[in-house]
Amino acid sequence: MSTAHADHAHDHSHDHAHGHHDEGFIKKYLWSTDHKMIAMQYMFTGMVMALIGGFTVYVFRMQLAWPGMAVPGYGRVTASDYNALVTTHGSVMIFWVAMPVLIAALGNYLIPLMIGCDDMVFPRLNRLSYQLFLLSAIILIASFYVPGGAFGGAWTAYPPLSAKAEYSLTGLGSSMWLLAVALEFAAFLLGGINFVTTVMNSRAPGMKMFDVPIVVWMIIIASILFMASVGPLIAGAVMLLFDQQLGTGFFDPAKGGDPVLWQHLFWFFGHPEVYVVLLPAMGIVAEIITVFSRKKLFAYKTVLYTAIGTGVLSFFVWAHHQFVAGIDPRMANVFSVTTLLISIPVAEMVFVYIGTLYGGSIRLTTPMLWALSFIAEFLLGGVTGIFLGSSGSDIYFHDTYFVLAHFHYTFFPIAFIGSFAAITYWFPKMFGKMLNDTWGKVHFWGTIIPFNFIFIPLFFLGARGDHRRIYNYQHFPDLMKAGMQDMRILATISLLVLLAFQVVFLVNFFYSLFKGAKAPANPWEANTLEWQAPSPPPHGNFPQGLPTVYRGPYEYSHPDRKDDYWPQTEPAQQS
Amino acid sequence: MPTGRLAVWWLIASEIVIFGGVLGSYIMHRIGHPEWANQSVHTNTWAGAFNTLVLLTSSLSAVLAHNAASRGDGKRAAKLMWATIGGGAIFLVVKSFEWTNEIQHGYTISSSTFWSFYYTAAGLHGLHVIAGMIVMMFVASDAAKGKELQRVENAGLYWHFVDLVWIFLFPLLYIAK
Amino acid sequence: MSDSTHGTTPAAPASGHDAHGGGHHAHADKDYIKIWGILLGLLVVSLIGPIIGEKSGIFAITLVTAFGIAVVKAYLVIKNFMHIGVEKRYVAYLLITMLGLMILMVGGVGPDVLRHDGTRWTNVAAHKATEEGLKAGGGHGEHGEAKPDAPPAEHH
Repeated sequence: MSTAHADHAHDHSHDHAHGHHDEGFIKKYLWSTDHKMIAMQYMFTGMVMALIGGFTVYVFRMQLAWPGMAVPGYGRVTASDYNALVTTHGSVMIFWVAMPVLIAALGNYLIPLMIGCDDMVFPRLNRLSYQLFLLSAIILIASFYVPGGAFGGAWTAYPPLSAKAEYSLTGLGSSMWLLAVALEFAAFLLGGINFVTTVMNSRAPGMKMFDVPIVVWMIIIASILFMASVGPLIAGAVMLLFDQQLGTGFFDPAKGGDPVLWQHLFWFFGHPEVYVVLLPAMGIVAEIITVFSRKKLFAYKTVLYTAIGTGVLSFFVWAHHQFVAGIDPRMANVFSVTTLLISIPVAEMVFVYIGTLYGGSIRLTTPMLWALSFIAEFLLGGVTGIFLGSSGSDIYFHDTYFVLAHFHYTFFPIAFIGSFAAITYWFPKMFGKMLNDTWGKVHFWGTIIPFNFIFIPLFFLGARGDHRRIYNYQHFPDLMKAGMQDMRILATISLLVLLAFQVVFLVNFFYSLFKGAKAPANPWEANTLEWQAPSPPPHGNFPQGLPTVYRGPYEYSHPDRKDDYWPQTEPAQQS
Repeated sequence: MPTGRLAVWWLIASEIVIFGGVLGSYIMHRIGHPEWANQSVHTNTWAGAFNTLVLLTSSLSAVLAHNAASRGDGKRAAKLMWATIGGGAIFLVVKSFEWTNEIQHGYTISSSTFWSFYYTAAGLHGLHVIAGMIVMMFVASDAAKGKELQRVENAGLYWHFVDLVWIFLFPLLYIAK
Repeated sequence: MSDSTHGTTPAAPASGHDAHGGGHHAHADKDYIKIWGILLGLLVVSLIGPIIGEKSGIFAITLVTAFGIAVVKAYLVIKNFMHIGVEKRYVAYLLITMLGLMILMVGGVGPDVLRHDGTRWTNVAAHKATEEGLKAGGGHGEHGEAKPDAPPAEHH
């Protein structure tokens, strides 16, 4: 059975020391319905797309630091290039990196294992979801190569720029972008239905809903949020596509339409979307901090209810993205209040996490470092959001780099710290090998420190007036005052350092994949069900038979036990 | 609840917000544009009413199919499902005549934003009718052999939802224009 | 009749006798046909209603017959054809929540899209489109449809 690298962009083989050699290569790697293989497909596709997203930011930050100079590996960056790069960066990172890795890959991998069943309830639908997703990624990449090039109207795609080819200059690229996004939505809608029905109907005997690990709950809540919020945007995307291609005027005031409608439709989805990606990341952190502080989650039901509360509230805040778009100012009052309110449940979750850590027996492994840094960095992101949620101060900050720094202080922890935490924690289970912990820590510090040096200068630049989506600040004498260009250069250099350290991760990942130390079933001495399966689990997950569950997932350091952990599958007697 | 049925309810839930987005946008625009009345007067109320009749009847045959399936009568269920599919086909045929007529009179998707909404909303609905018909064909052919009878109800649920969307499209586009 | 030829997948329940969960077995076919008859009757009323509404100029009649009846029809379909009464409660809550979200959306977006004037702005293009559209229609005017919500605000 060949385990060599497949030369397909979306798929890499991984080392199966044991397993199901009866299946041919195609059925096993490309046409699988096994949730673990599909999860790998999503994860590797997401990693490739992260390279693309990272490349785009490399190019445009080089342009910002040294405007007009040819960027090594790219060339000169024109204004249109710049627009296409920032649009691609935003779209790729949210739709093709954060969502596939945090939700599709982790949800697919973990859900059946953590609830103790052998696969999703609709395996073929699962395969179809991935295929739609892959198609969406291919269409997006292809949009770079069509006449006119890739869409450059920002990931928010406001009309009329996005609706009229004579403004966007990318007649075909705009529609391809839209189509790619729509397909990605369809893939995640189908996937979401799969996840929710699986968790509702396929739990192991004895596993009540409150015995389900928090990360699974979070993925489910995220899936429901997504399903409930994406509809209006799908409607809007169809309308925008028709405006682009059929000459309709849904968003054209001269034809009786309204561009503000698009903004509302977009953000009605766009705001819940950020919680769609936040909740799984917080779930990952919950799993890691309980295991590595050997303590139960401080308040399971509180975390659950505040997560649900956050999800519900997230539907009531969307117009804070539109405070200066000309919306009714009375609505702005309402949305300011709701936006400030939503910080409360999220803060509550952070308090619970701190309460979990307090008094725990902390093990500072690489996953634990990532989880702790998530809490710290996301907190900074969250508090800067207060300035933006208040409509008064947002009038100043809107569309400046202050906004950008705020959402990177939230999105980067979600997408990257969350992903690295998850990968370093579950790598032994997924691949049967241990990652090198020392190199993991090198990668950690080499990522976190530069990350802060990228975005803290951007807060200051934004407060000083740096507008977003400007490709050359030399055109604005007011923004070239003392020290400002130096801060832009500092941010870019820090980015280069951060990108360089990702090589450490990639080398560690692929080296350990083939040559890493063999991983036992439960290297972290954790309670949840996936650690009862072999590393990696075979087709069907639990060769010893599907487990029965006797308690919740966080019984660490229980006074009645000798061991400081108590797997969910062990019956109640003393061991 | 059986997983298949649960999945169809979740699907319906997500479709409510999709159609809600389209129809909500239409309603807001329509109220703000009284001059669209001059356009909307040209929709064919009787074609719309006939199509409503057709869809309601096809919903009847769908639920009768479910009743038959729940008694274990796969053959009857299949026949009734084919009647439902037939209803969908009639709906689409009537709509194609309707639209052809309107387009020939110059009421195209881009001639006025009213018509943009009209074709988009009804078109999206029509795509769902087609999807429902295809699903029903698969389920019906299994049911005729006595297989997978529980799917008859699930396919029917989806069909009823498609009917529900039309129940609201009909007044919006045809009678209270 | 054909129970013995059932091929059900392992995950599927035994089709048929407890398909309705709550033991509410067998509405006879004729019960469904009765509902269908009511639906048809409602359809007829909803056609006549707006005609009367237009002729009499009472817009409320159009609203109630067209949309009110749509709501009643929808309720009949959901209750009797989709059997929501015998489903688990959360299904109804799920559907109501989705509808609620749509009302929320229209509520939040309406103030911006419904109106063509704000306290300090006027949507000139929209006003022009409205005027020209009304002129072109010539005579069909307010064909039983709502007048714009707010009276035009003061222009600056």
